[in-house]
Amino acid sequence: MNRWTRRGALGLGAGLLSAGLVRGAQAAIPTADVPMPKLDIEKGASLRVLRPSKFVDPDEAIFTENSNRFASQFGVSVRVDYAGWEDLRPQTAVTANTGAGPDVVVGWTDDPHLYADKVLDLTDIADYLGKKYGGWYPLAERYGKKFGTDRWIAIPMGGSGGPAVYRESWVKEAGYDTFPTDTDKFLDLCRKLKKSGHPAGFTTGHAVGDSNGYCYWLLWAFGGKMVDENQKVVINSKETVEALKYSKALYETYIPGTQSWLDPSNNKALIAGDIGLTQNGVSLYFSIKNSPDPKVAAMAADLNHARMPIGPVGHATEVALAINAMAFKHTKYPNAAKAYLAYMMEAPQYDHWMTDSFGYWAQPLKAYAESDVWKKDPKIAAYKDTMQNSLWLGYAGPINEASGAVVADYVVVDMVASVNSGDATPEEAAKEAERRAKRYYKA
Amino acid sequence: MSNAVREGVLPIAEAHPWRFTTREPTPLARLFDNKTFLVVMCLTPAVGLLVVFLTYPLGLGLWLAFTDAKIGRSGVFVGLDNFDSLFHDRIFWLSVTNTLFYTAAATVGKFGLGLWLALLLNHNIPFKSLIRAIVLIPWIVPTVLSAIAFWWIYDPQFSIISYLLKAMGIIDYNIDFLGTPWHARLALVAANIWRGIPFVAISLLAGLQTISPSLYEAAMLDGASSWARFRYVTLPMLMPVLSVVLTFSVLFTFTDFQLVYAITRGGPANATHLMATLAFQRGIPGGQLGEGAAIAMAMIPFLVAATLFSYFGLARRRWQQGEADE
Repeated sequence: MNRWTRRGALGLGAGLLSAGLVRGAQAAIPTADVPMPKLDIEKGASLRVLRPSKFVDPDEAIFTENSNRFASQFGVSVRVDYAGWEDLRPQTAVTANTGAGPDVVVGWTDDPHLYADKVLDLTDIADYLGKKYGGWYPLAERYGKKFGTDRWIAIPMGGSGGPAVYRESWVKEAGYDTFPTDTDKFLDLCRKLKKSGHPAGFTTGHAVGDSNGYCYWLLWAFGGKMVDENQKVVINSKETVEALKYSKALYETYIPGTQSWLDPSNNKALIAGDIGLTQNGVSLYFSIKNSPDPKVAAMAADLNHARMPIGPVGHATEVALAINAMAFKHTKYPNAAKAYLAYMMEAPQYDHWMTDSFGYWAQPLKAYAESDVWKKDPKIAAYKDTMQNSLWLGYAGPINEASGAVVADYVVVDMVASVNSGDATPEEAAKEAERRAKRYYKA
Repeated sequence: MSNAVREGVLPIAEAHPWRFTTREPTPLARLFDNKTFLVVMCLTPAVGLLVVFLTYPLGLGLWLAFTDAKIGRSGVFVGLDNFDSLFHDRIFWLSVTNTLFYTAAATVGKFGLGLWLALLLNHNIPFKSLIRAIVLIPWIVPTVLSAIAFWWIYDPQFSIISYLLKAMGIIDYNIDFLGTPWHARLALVAANIWRGIPFVAISLLAGLQTISPSLYEAAMLDGASSWARFRYVTLPMLMPVLSVVLTFSVLFTFTDFQLVYAITRGGPANATHLMATLAFQRGIPGGQLGEGAAIAMAMIPFLVAATLFSYFGLARRRWQQGEADE
C-alpha cells in the first residue's frame, strides 16, 4: 500500500506541475488554498465511466483526454463509455439496480436523487471543490445534495441553459435596442416581431428539452409552481392562471405550427430565417457559426442571446439541464472514483473542457465564471450564469420519482399547449394539470 | 498382412466366425433411442427461446402491471391499483380511443388501397416484377426512416406539400399538419397507410394468383359482370388469405409505436398518443414501470378480440364458399 501512496503523491506532484503549465495558457481561475481530502487510491484500481455522448467533438475528446491524464498520473486505468442521450437513463437504472457496470456515471439531473441510497457520499470532495473554487451555485447545491440534507450525493458537472436566442437586427427594427427584461415588454416585442414578419416561436409540442424549458420558465415567471416545499400540488393557482393567460397572448404572436414542434424544429426555423426569436442551448449558435454554408454562417453576426425576461415573480426562472455525476457504492475503488471526480473538476481539466466545448455545460462552481470561454465571445455571456439563474424541474419540492414522472408526462407542457390551442380555458387547464400531477404526488 | 488378404481373398480358416454381438448399447446410445428424450431434446432450444424472449418478458410485464415498480426500485404488489388509476385518467382513455381510431382508419385504408393495388398487379402489365419490387419499397424501408421522411413532409415550416401547393398558387399559407388534433391524427393515419399498403397488396396478390382462371371462365360463360366476378369469385376465394393478413395488419397497427414516436411523440397535448407510446412515455422516461406495464397489458384484450374476430368472424368456411350463414 505504501508504494502506491508514494506513487499517488508523485502523481499529485506531476498533476500540479502540469496544472501550472496548462493554467499558464488559460485564464486564471481564482482558487483558494484548500487541501484536497486524503484519498488513498486503491492498489490496481480501474474505473469504468459512463457519460452522455458528445454534442460537439471537443466535448468527448477533451473529456477522454482529461480521463487519460488522470489515469497516467495516478496509475488507475480509466475507460470512458459514451451513451446516447436517450439511452443514458435506462443504462444508469440498470447499473443502479444490478450493482454492476460502470463505477462512475455522469448521468442526468434526477438520477443521483433516484438512486440516493446506492451512491457514494461525496460530501468531502464537494466541500473541498466548493471551498477551493469560490463556492457552488445555488442550483448546483440543489442538484448535488440529497434534498433537505447537507449530504452530497452527486457532483453536478455543468448545466445547459436555455436563454432567448434572437436576431439582433430584427429586434432593433422592432424598436428594442436592448432585449426586454420583463414579461410585458417581451410580449410587446413579440407582437412587433410578428408585425414585421419575423415572428417568435417557442416549442409546445412533446419536445423534452425545449418545451419543458419554455413552459416552466413561463409558469415560474408568474409565480406558479407544481408543488410547494412539502410536495403539496399547488399548480391550480391564480398565478398559474395568470401565466396561462399571458401564454395565450404570447402564442398569438408565434409563427404557426409550434404546437407540433419537437426539439430540432425551432433550430431549423431559426436557421431558415423564418423566426426572429426562440429559446435554446448554446449549440444552436455554434452550429450556425460553424456552418459550412456561408449564408448560414453569416447569420451568426446578427445572432445574440439574452436571459429570458423576468416575470411578476421578480427573479429569473429558467430551466437548466444538468449533467450530474455519481459514484456507485458497488465500485471496488471508491477512493479512486472520488479522486477521479475531483480531478475532473479541477481547473486544468475543467476549464480546458468547458472552454473548448464553448461553455455548453456551464460551470457549477463560481470561480469558473472567470473562464476565458465567457470572455472570448461576448455573445454567449447569457449562458454564463446558467446555474445561478435557473430553477430545477420539480421546484419548489425535491427532485424525486414524482417530479421526474410529471416532467416526462408533459403535464405542464400539455397545460400550456391546451390553452394556446384554445382547447381549454386557463382555469380548466390548471385543474387538469393538478389532477395529473396528483396521480404521481400521492399523499 | 498375408498375401491372401492382399489379393482380396480372406482365407476361410483365418476369418473370424460371424457372431451375433449382444454387446450392451452404451447408456448414451440408449438415451438417444428414447423417444421422449429426443422429443424433449429437440424442443428445448425452441421452447427455451420462446420462454426466455417471449414468455418471461410477457410474464414480467404482467407482474409489473400489478406492482408500483419504478425505474431504480422494484415494486410491491398493489393489486389493481394501476388499472384503477388509469381508469380515472382521461389521457389513458384518450389514448385508447386514439388507438382504436388509428387502427380502424388505417386498416380500412390499407385494405382498400392494398386490394386495389393487388388487383391491378394481378393483370398482365409490362415490367410486372419490377413494379412489384417497387411496390414493396415502403415496407422495406426501416420505419424510423420513413417516419423521419414524413416528419419533414408534415413539417409546419418546411413541408413539401405546403411548398408545392403554394407554388401552384392554391394556398398562401403553410398547412399545419401536426398542430391540431384532427390534422395530426389523420396525418399519422396516412403515413401508416402508406407504410402498410405493400404488405397487404403483396399478400393479397399471392392469394389472387392461387385462384384458378377456370372459375373466372365459368363465371364469364354464365354472363357474370366484372363486379359479380369480383364479388362471387375473387372475394370468397381470397377470404382465407384476407383474414390472416387482416389479423396481422390489425395487430401491427394497434401496437404501432415508431411512427407516432418519431413524428409527434403523442403531441399536440396528447392528441395522438397511442397506447404503446403512452406506455413507453410513462414507463421509461417517466420511470413509472408499473403504470407503463399496466397500459401495455390493457392492450391485450383488444388484441385478443381482434384476433378472435378475424379468425371466427372472417374465416368461416361456409361464408367463404359463398353460402349463407347458418
